[in-house]
Amino acid sequence: MPHDHHDHLSPSGHPYRPDDDHPLTYWQQMEIAVRELLIEKGVTTAAAINAQIEAMDARSPAHGAAVVARAWTDPDFRAALLEDASAATRGMGFDIGPMRLIALENTEHIHNIVVCTLCSCYPRNLLGLPPDWYKSRAYRSRTVKEPRKVLAEFGVTLPDTTTVHVHDSTADMRYVVIPQRPAGTDEWHVDDLAKLVTRDSMIGTGLAKSPDAA
Amino acid sequence: MSDRQYMRVRADMPPGHVRTPSYLRGKIGWVERTLGPFPNPEQLAYGLNAQALPLLRVRFSMAEVWGEASENPADTIDAEIYSHWLEPAEAPHAP
Amino acid sequence: MTDNHPFTGQRWHDMGGGAAGTIPTGQHDFSLWEKRVDALMIIASSQGHFTVDGLRRVLEDMGEEAFETMTYYERWIAAVNQNLIEAGVYTTAELAQRMTAVAARGATYGEAASE
Repeated sequence: MPHDHHDHLSPSGHPYRPDDDHPLTYWQQMEIAVRELLIEKGVTTAAAINAQIEAMDARSPAHGAAVVARAWTDPDFRAALLEDASAATRGMGFDIGPMRLIALENTEHIHNIVVCTLCSCYPRNLLGLPPDWYKSRAYRSRTVKEPRKVLAEFGVTLPDTTTVHVHDSTADMRYVVIPQRPAGTDEWHVDDLAKLVTRDSMIGTGLAKSPDAA
Repeated sequence: MSDRQYMRVRADMPPGHVRTPSYLRGKIGWVERTLGPFPNPEQLAYGLNAQALPLLRVRFSMAEVWGEASENPADTIDAEIYSHWLEPAEAPHAP
Repeated sequence: MTDNHPFTGQRWHDMGGGAAGTIPTGQHDFSLWEKRVDALMIIASSQGHFTVDGLRRVLEDMGEEAFETMTYYERWIAAVNQNLIEAGVYTTAELAQRMTAVAARGATYGEAASE
């Protein structure tokens, strides 16, 4: 059913989003009904729902990257981040809500990787919503048992001299990995350093990009 | 290492909502840090008033959790375990 | 999963250590209705109508078949709704009648979401 979305406007005069012109599913029907009932019962408002969506959309790995780059360049901040990551990230102005965050620092000898085997807990209030693979059966099942094989699938091979610390996010804490600062970046500005920090490097399935790749 | 506080995760297998992964039940680890108190999720899940409990980050060696099958025995797994799932234990034997 | 073994008490969602294949690399962007489900969960739970553990409890009780056959946010709206009914925020009859009314508005999400 090809559509030219530019010519296809909803009754309100706005273009339909691509998902808007698929056949209505039972679960979408339920979402609409639940949302309308919550508004009618005074639990929330349409504006509050839109504001929540915008707040969530605004969160992205770039926020975490800024935190990591600052930790690389500001020893006092690094210490504060390791002491209380929630307070330190709030102090940078990030709206992480009630999230309780622990920062895990990678070193020459330690590599941290985060998983949630029971569901898909993720530091969403800092990094945004998780990637689909993070919620997959394969990642949830295997990471606690064979993290090095999992890392290899992500293109990361660690030497035997590095100990892997897997963190199963089972309860009230959320985790962000501070990847190792790449070599050859000594003179770099913090904003340029942040561009080396990938989402996966903050989950622990990746490393920060090397300066050559940036 | 000698001042590590070792804990064994209870090996219970109840029905219902619990936040203790089964692969850690019966395993011995050491306390990485103590958090909380946090309300018991086993009560929160059913809309009940929840008791505040200490939450412990416990660190397990891969050797302890997976034994001979472990990918790298010295690698570790940390998990947050509510205190009612934990009992003091002796250090496990070195693999 | 346990066809050849007696049930041990390990529940389907408790996946750590299980055998599984290659990690999938596909990624999809969230659609508006999915973002709305996410927002409803955050708002309703932040107001104390239920907790994230209430959400998880229903997701777990929905079972493995739901995990395999429904999308992430399909399971979430089912679990959010179940918790809201249990909390008495609205009744099953109110939901039922509203869902019927929603479907009568049109055949697409865009039409049905416009009152």
